[in-house]
Amino acid sequence: MTYIAKPPLRHPTLEKNRVGYTRRDYEGKISTLCAGCGHDSISAAIIQACWELDIEPHRVAKLSGIGCSSKTPDYFLGASHGFNTVHGRMPSVLTGANLANRDLLYLGVSGDGDSASIGLGQFAHAMRRGVRMAYIVENNGVYGLTKGQFSATADQGSKSKKGVINSDSPVDLVGIALQLGATYVARGFSGNKQQLVPLVKGAIQHGGAAFIDVISPCVAFNNHPGSTKSYDYVREHNESVSRIDFIAPGEEITADYGPGEVVDVRQHDGTFLRLRRLHADYDATNREQAMAHVQQHQSRGEVVTGLLYVDPLATDLHMALNTSARPLNALGLAQLCPGRPALDKLNASLR
Amino acid sequence: MSAVEPFRGASDLVPGVHGERPVPPRIEAVNDFVIKFANVNGSGSASANELFAKAILRMGVPVSPRNIFPSNIQGLPTWYEVRVSEDGWLGRRGGIDMMVAMNPQTWDADVAELEPGGYLFYDSTRPMPASRFRPDIHVIGMPLTEICNAVYSDPRQRQLFKNIVYVGALSVLLEIDDQVIEKLFGEQYRGKEKLLASNVQALHLGRDFAKEHLQGPLGVRVRRADRVGDGIFIDGNSAAALGCVYGGATVAAWYPITPSSSVAEAFQKYCAKFRVDPATGQNCYAIVQAEDEIASIGMVVGAGWNGARAFTATSGPGISLMTEFIGLAYFAEIPVTIINVQRGGPSTGMPTRTQQADLLACAYASHGDTKHVLLLPEDPHECFEHAACALDLADRLQTPVFVMTDLDIGMNQRLCRPFAWEEGRSYDRGKVMTAEELEAGRDFGRYKDVDGDGIPWRTLPGTHPTRGSYFTRGTTRDPYARYSERGPDYIYNVERLLKKFRTAADLVPQPVIAMAAQPTRLGVIYFGSTSPAMAEALAVLQAEGIHVDAMRLRAFPFPDSVAAFIAAHDQVFVVEQNRDAQMRSLLVNELEVDPARLVKVLHYDGTPITARFITRAITQVVRPTADPKEAQA
Repeated sequence: MTYIAKPPLRHPTLEKNRVGYTRRDYEGKISTLCAGCGHDSISAAIIQACWELDIEPHRVAKLSGIGCSSKTPDYFLGASHGFNTVHGRMPSVLTGANLANRDLLYLGVSGDGDSASIGLGQFAHAMRRGVRMAYIVENNGVYGLTKGQFSATADQGSKSKKGVINSDSPVDLVGIALQLGATYVARGFSGNKQQLVPLVKGAIQHGGAAFIDVISPCVAFNNHPGSTKSYDYVREHNESVSRIDFIAPGEEITADYGPGEVVDVRQHDGTFLRLRRLHADYDATNREQAMAHVQQHQSRGEVVTGLLYVDPLATDLHMALNTSARPLNALGLAQLCPGRPALDKLNASLR
Repeated sequence: MSAVEPFRGASDLVPGVHGERPVPPRIEAVNDFVIKFANVNGSGSASANELFAKAILRMGVPVSPRNIFPSNIQGLPTWYEVRVSEDGWLGRRGGIDMMVAMNPQTWDADVAELEPGGYLFYDSTRPMPASRFRPDIHVIGMPLTEICNAVYSDPRQRQLFKNIVYVGALSVLLEIDDQVIEKLFGEQYRGKEKLLASNVQALHLGRDFAKEHLQGPLGVRVRRADRVGDGIFIDGNSAAALGCVYGGATVAAWYPITPSSSVAEAFQKYCAKFRVDPATGQNCYAIVQAEDEIASIGMVVGAGWNGARAFTATSGPGISLMTEFIGLAYFAEIPVTIINVQRGGPSTGMPTRTQQADLLACAYASHGDTKHVLLLPEDPHECFEHAACALDLADRLQTPVFVMTDLDIGMNQRLCRPFAWEEGRSYDRGKVMTAEELEAGRDFGRYKDVDGDGIPWRTLPGTHPTRGSYFTRGTTRDPYARYSERGPDYIYNVERLLKKFRTAADLVPQPVIAMAAQPTRLGVIYFGSTSPAMAEALAVLQAEGIHVDAMRLRAFPFPDSVAAFIAAHDQVFVVEQNRDAQMRSLLVNELEVDPARLVKVLHYDGTPITARFITRAITQVVRPTADPKEAQA
């Protein structure tokens, strides 16, 4: 956490997006995470994604739990309201916020300790409930703030900085998200920004619960030989199912993709996800295949990255609840209070 | 279905005749008695018993029924106690004048509970030996099982209609108007003619038998009166839910727990009735049954942060799970409304019995120095009022507000004043800075005490492109919401929160004072569901020459009038339904009064407190020569 604001100086020639903001307008305060922390790369990807999507920063609500990762919302989208909630319970707070005002974009930022241990239940239920949000887990397999204890995503057999071997099986958040009905499931690597930015863009624009597990090495406590969440390990074992471009509607679609290599996925808000298939047989709209694929590669010690599953016609909790199109927090007495005549009638019925 | 056959042993079915014994004196009372139904949980008696109570109410006689039930699905004992009181006393009186003993398992205890001269009504299909009856009561046997077995072939019908048959018989014995009952049936089974006809038939089965074989009326009976006025009959949980509808709650997140679940269920029902936009068919509300209490309060925190009025309803164990979030909401200053329908604790204690034992857990919920606003409704009328008020106060104060009801108010139907809503009443949304105010350059410091009342201004997410955004967190910050670990910033925050709490004392519902007929140095403080028993106890005490000034607390923090009331009396009884005198502890802690002046009157066996208990406890202190054994009753 920091209270050090970045200098407000802006070079006058900085490029502006369609809503009139420069990339720097999407930044936050100066990060106090360790130099080289993967989380800062994720923040940079979020900044770039929001800028490229022409999102007005103040129309985003960014919520997090507790931990290194959960500090990061302070480091991007400085003009947005942020909420650092309690450990592992960001999903419920985000759900409530989303119910109150469906017009904002919701960004949930969490860590592996936050989401896979104390918050596993809330993570799971937010996924099955279909809360419209981009839920990003900055996954380093370790507790950084408390100096290096294993988290629940640490692989069995991996070694901590103190030399302890982890004997527990890891929690695979991607597998859980797929099984519980998340309608956009991806895994990224903080060291691969080219892949991560479009994944974040797709998640933000998705119509339901979007989840991205981002492997994000902890340079202080989990970036050593024996760790399966280190930069070296992930680079060596990265198995990408797809390379994706995110195309907003109305933009020119380039045609330099050969037939059979590309699939356009139309989302219910009209945006498209363009998948470049590296595996000819990988269909990102097939949940069962996605689950099997992830598990097969996992058993080989590979980390599958890319957009693993998407339901292009996803709906969200508001749809399920048939909630007013006008945000609930904007409704007034006229819409909410049945008034005295109704009460008199009710009184009469209770006699 | 077949015709009713003649019954065996019909000659036994007369009051007081079971072997050769002298006829005891009998209780004689019109419109002033207590009847208790001892049933087996799951036998379908609840609706029949409720019908019985409502019929008396429709005859213009106040009633107060109470469910006394186990934490079980079926098979265990359950009771329904109805107090009939033309004088309008709605608290539990203590003692039973008539027992409808339908549960062999509890027979001995049920018989023992009867007042001398009282009436025991039982199913005499298998006649009981004389040794199982007390000599000082009157026994009325009726072969309910035999009657139903003769008429109904379906086992479930045999069981269910047994209850209606005894209501029919009681209507003869107690002189309850059968037309009133049939009218109630008509309302209950509107559009379901088959059900209506079969229920009316069962009613007549009971009535016909009673007229032919039993000697009525009894010494206790009902006579038409005009003492109900415009009162309404409803349970507190439904009333609280309606208060949330009227108070503008749009988000409800909850997790089922007895005795609070019906708050959310009633909210759902009322929202479906009142909150669907007729033009679009869309809901102007969102209700989520969360995965647990932690998630439910989390959703309320999120919705409150984002400007919607939100509430959850729970009970003691739920409060325990919610305390981390309650602390966050207190420190981050987020409106939250929690309806706590209290039950017996600690732990799972007595989940289906009543207590007022979460006061301290709620008043100081969470770690660190916290103080929370508690509202203390006395009946369904105030459950409605306080729920709506809590939503206003939560927004005004930007803090958690608890509505502290209990099982006794929450799950029992209570006769109370009709709900009231002033035309033109508006919602107090508190200090929310608008985009226009921000645009005009108004200084915004999220945690800055601009107005001197301890309450800062807030902005809602999405308000303005460049101004008014801030980061909400549970850690300390400076007045502009910037993270800080500086001691002075922390002190500023916590002192301002204390100032805000003092501001709350003027905004919460104020205590109600009832002065005794004569000047006195005795006072009593009470609150919540104790209210009707207390009102009766005060009248009884006055009739015995013991004058006591009374103050009914309606909220915490305590306004100055509470300290003044205590100061004006030498002895103040504090009547509450918990073991450790939690309200007394709050009074001592917050007002720094001499504990010796606050006399504990504590009732905590899980049943609602009775007027008799209060009267005896106070009499024992004021006139210690009275029989100490009586005070334990």
